[in-house]
Amino acid sequence: MLLARIVGTVVATRKDPRLVSNKLLLARPVDPKGKVEGNYLVAVDTVDAGVGETVLIVSGSSARMASGMKDTPVDAAVVGIVDTVDVAE
Amino acid sequence: MQLARVIGDVVATRKDPAFDGTTLLLVQPIGADGRDVGRPLVAVDAVGAGVGEKVFFVRGKEASFPFHPTEVPADAGIVGIVDHWSVK
Repeated sequence: MLLARIVGTVVATRKDPRLVSNKLLLARPVDPKGKVEGNYLVAVDTVDAGVGETVLIVSGSSARMASGMKDTPVDAAVVGIVDTVDVAE
Repeated sequence: MQLARVIGDVVATRKDPAFDGTTLLLVQPIGADGRDVGRPLVAVDAVGAGVGEKVFFVRGKEASFPFHPTEVPADAGIVGIVDHWSVK
């Protein structure tokens, strides 16, 4: 899973019907120290995350195992809101 | 599977209910020479690994298989603690 910061929301009126009533968030991966790196991605929200929060994003077919995402066309889902990241070195 | 070093842990109170009771660890993939390769990532632990240990982890949907029948939404999972390896 990736650590990422929520930087915005995505609104799409015309979308796959299975995505209706799912919130889409714009996220940017961060390193364990919280520094943003890499490209933006759109992820479906399953834990009521908000802008500015550090979250856990699951990618690929595993995203469909997130709560309520069965058979939906998603490859990235927010599955946790991160409280702390403890790096031991 | 890939070799990695466990470098930390991640705490998330609000998370998908399927993660309840699991441990989320920060792993840094390494090469056969023990050097870091690529970026660290978060993996769900299925073997009781701890910080500082060398492990191997699986990527993709298979990461949830150790928790069957619970469908843990994980795309990376630690499935073994490495005692040692050798390169010929």
